Amino acid sequence: MSALSPSRQPRSITSRLSTFFHNNPTLTLLLLLAAPLLWLGVIYLGSLGALLLQSFYRLDDFTGIVVREFTLDTYRQLFTQSNLDIVARTVAMAAAVTVACALLAFPISFYMARYASPAGKVAFFIAVTLPLWSSYLVRVYAWKLILAKEGVVGWIFGALGLQGVLDAVLAVPTIGGPSLSVSMYGTFFAFVYVWLPYMIIPTYTALERVPGSMLEASADLGARPVETFRRVILPLAMPGVIAGSIFTFSLTLGDYIIPGVLGNSAFFIGQVVLIQQGTAGNIPLAAAFTVVPMVIMFVYLWIAGRMGAFEAL
Amino acid sequence: MFTPTRRARPFTARAPFGLKLLVGLVLLFLYCPFGIILLYSFTTEETAFTFPPPGLTADWYRVALFDRPDIYPPLLLSIQVALVATFIALILGSLIAFAISRTRFFGREAITFLVILPIALPGIITGISLRSAFGLFGIDFSFWTIVIGHATFCIVVVYNNVVARLRRTAKSQTEASADLGANSLQTLRYILLPVIGTALLAGGMLAFALSFDEVIVTTFTAGQQNTLPIWIYSQLSRPRQRPVTNVVAVFVIAITFIPIFLAQRLTQDTND
Amino acid sequence: MSSAANVIPAVRFENVSRHFDQVRAVDNVSIEIRVGEFFSMLGPSGSGKTTCLRLIAGFEQPTSGKIYLHGTEVGNLPPYERDVNTVFQDYALFPHMTVADNVGYALMIKKVSAPERTRRINEALELVRLPQMANRKPSQLSGGQRQRIALARALVNRPRVLLLDEPLGALDLKLRQEMQIELKEIQKRVGITFVFVTHDQEEALTMSDRIAVFNAGKIEQVGSPAEIYEHPATAFVAGFVGASNLIRDELAQKLTGTASTFSIRPEKIRMMEPGATVPNGWAWVYGTVREVVYLGMFTRFIVTLENGGELTVVRQNLDETSMDVMSNQGRRVQLMWQRAFDRVVDAK
Repeated sequence: MSALSPSRQPRSITSRLSTFFHNNPTLTLLLLLAAPLLWLGVIYLGSLGALLLQSFYRLDDFTGIVVREFTLDTYRQLFTQSNLDIVARTVAMAAAVTVACALLAFPISFYMARYASPAGKVAFFIAVTLPLWSSYLVRVYAWKLILAKEGVVGWIFGALGLQGVLDAVLAVPTIGGPSLSVSMYGTFFAFVYVWLPYMIIPTYTALERVPGSMLEASADLGARPVETFRRVILPLAMPGVIAGSIFTFSLTLGDYIIPGVLGNSAFFIGQVVLIQQGTAGNIPLAAAFTVVPMVIMFVYLWIAGRMGAFEAL
Repeated sequence: MFTPTRRARPFTARAPFGLKLLVGLVLLFLYCPFGIILLYSFTTEETAFTFPPPGLTADWYRVALFDRPDIYPPLLLSIQVALVATFIALILGSLIAFAISRTRFFGREAITFLVILPIALPGIITGISLRSAFGLFGIDFSFWTIVIGHATFCIVVVYNNVVARLRRTAKSQTEASADLGANSLQTLRYILLPVIGTALLAGGMLAFALSFDEVIVTTFTAGQQNTLPIWIYSQLSRPRQRPVTNVVAVFVIAITFIPIFLAQRLTQDTND
Repeated sequence: MSSAANVIPAVRFENVSRHFDQVRAVDNVSIEIRVGEFFSMLGPSGSGKTTCLRLIAGFEQPTSGKIYLHGTEVGNLPPYERDVNTVFQDYALFPHMTVADNVGYALMIKKVSAPERTRRINEALELVRLPQMANRKPSQLSGGQRQRIALARALVNRPRVLLLDEPLGALDLKLRQEMQIELKEIQKRVGITFVFVTHDQEEALTMSDRIAVFNAGKIEQVGSPAEIYEHPATAFVAGFVGASNLIRDELAQKLTGTASTFSIRPEKIRMMEPGATVPNGWAWVYGTVREVVYLGMFTRFIVTLENGGELTVVRQNLDETSMDVMSNQGRRVQLMWQRAFDRVVDAK
């Protein structure tokens, strides 16, 4: 039985250190989280706090210097009609882009989850994510080329003899413009385009988690495919769609590049923030403006979290 | 990050034609802009982009490579920023992933929320927040202010990859290692790091691509320095040699496609 | 085996509890596991048997109470400093290592020299009869092979105690029965204390020297398989290990003269024509066969008693065909059994 006697090795420093961590799990956790919390909790959240703080300062109109004392003047300035129009326009655009992305994302996600072979799924997944990670600016810029007066879309309409239709569409007040690339249409198309992969991936992930046997069970219990789709697939896909909408909605709220490159002269929140903090030098007003999407997104995230969207991310 | 499964069985035996058509159109929608960029990098027109292009030339590639030295400093800066930001994100992202996956603790949900926040909130908020914080504390814009901004939103990419891999690694594996006499550091070295290795590589490449391409946050944290995306942005309103921008864009697409493609392959082959 | 090893138990629990928030997974358990024995922890899922195993391994710490391994209190000692090894329910083989690297992991950690390591890896693979698998990856093995490799990996270090967490649960019936016999043989050969967790009473009866029956975080009974089966201490044990008829209250009063709940195994009851003579020391009762379940090797009869209640009777199909057996349906019968075979459980 001597072979079975315990053979305790001399304990090394790493072994002793390891035992110390084993016996102090809370301390270990704190050590693991110290650096990330310093970064995200102090630098990042601290900056958000600094921004929030700035929105309660005001700009002295005569001297052009920021007055660092608590005031609600800046928010009073924010809630003027023209600024509220900008907020409403941005939110409406974000909502429209989100709905369009959801509608476009669903068929392809559904196809990937239900019909594609395992190798096909991989290929599709790469095909969908490649544009997401590749240069955002380049993709926006491509739409400028496509939608320009002499660009691809104009050429197609011309070739089909539908120039009149295009002109009529562009003549619609407030959203139209001299060409597609200088109108709300252009802004809308580019937004839908750049954020679409953000919607496809979580929708696909949610659909992929629906087991085939569940659909068979539904069919077995007498549901026609349309009913199965409406009563089983759609409800189970919803957390994924909501998770995707977090991105499409949030990214649209804060973007200033797309409306700048592909819009008529109507401003969006992002552009105003850029102008106020840059050329106008009104940091407090810029800060107050960013508080709007921040508040909207916190409410949105709160609702999305309650609907189980984070599990689908 | 992506697990193809065999369990999904067809809803109806074959995809309806209408669905296939829709899928084809969406794919076309996703990829035609890249084709357009490629096409216009060969156009003979210098200031406008009429369709179809009046003629084709490869001369802009020569111009971009040899006659435009202004491209190189932004390119170099972008690579440096992306490398450093990725390095920071790798460390911070995996630390959080380890902490989250090994224990349940009070505030765990708050931390996952905090990690997602920098990409869930519009980039402009991250940008202007950092800018105003730098302003409040009198920090001058530099290479490091750009890195801080980029690392902040890159953390989540690494975290997502690593945490997904750790979640798929059974808890019994680390227990088995400890049971067989390995202390925590040995378990980390022999079991956990090999298991998350490819996830780290994939997360790192995605973080690199994300940073290399970022423009919104960078606008607020860069001061006078130009990263490549900022250089491209400034070129969009320039009247002359416009196809050169397209050439640079083609290169940017190529440079970001490669790591993303590799990252995807890396996360897949260990998924069976 | 030295005499001291016989006196000091391999594992000792002294009033050990483990609570998870409000749940008492293990509730004030005291046991002694003897050196060299095959000890099973049997119970339904959630009864605390696996938590006990994890407490011995060191993956969990007791909320209160003391755990001793070979006489030494282990307290908060981490798993890697305990001289016990575990075979996991999911095997937990490392997917990125070959079979040889998996089996040799503990030796690599201990910095055993390469030739010695190879020798012991081969020895361990011989022990589980898979010597030719050294260079495969775990993903290339069948379930049964993975199970054996997990066993080899846990044994290579010659731990003083081997813990097995439902190691046969994922195997199909035939393979499971083979492995039961093989495990027992390996245990005899290496002479290591085995602590075996299972929810399968047949498995526990087949292999164990002693069994502890767990229920709701507590131990109901500890004893040899025969003791557990023939002398169940509680109604739970009587019902969980094998099948049992439980008779209580009024019916018990009528049959035995006391109202204490008692159990009688179905195979101990004889089913006779009414009016059969009852020997001394036998209990008897009349009833009607309500249900006949033909099971090939034997038949199960459910008999409705005239005094109220039901008894299940099992009879081997010695001289009867299934037709003969089925014809008993609805028949009036006399049931009788030796009083020596019924057991008072949970005496009130």
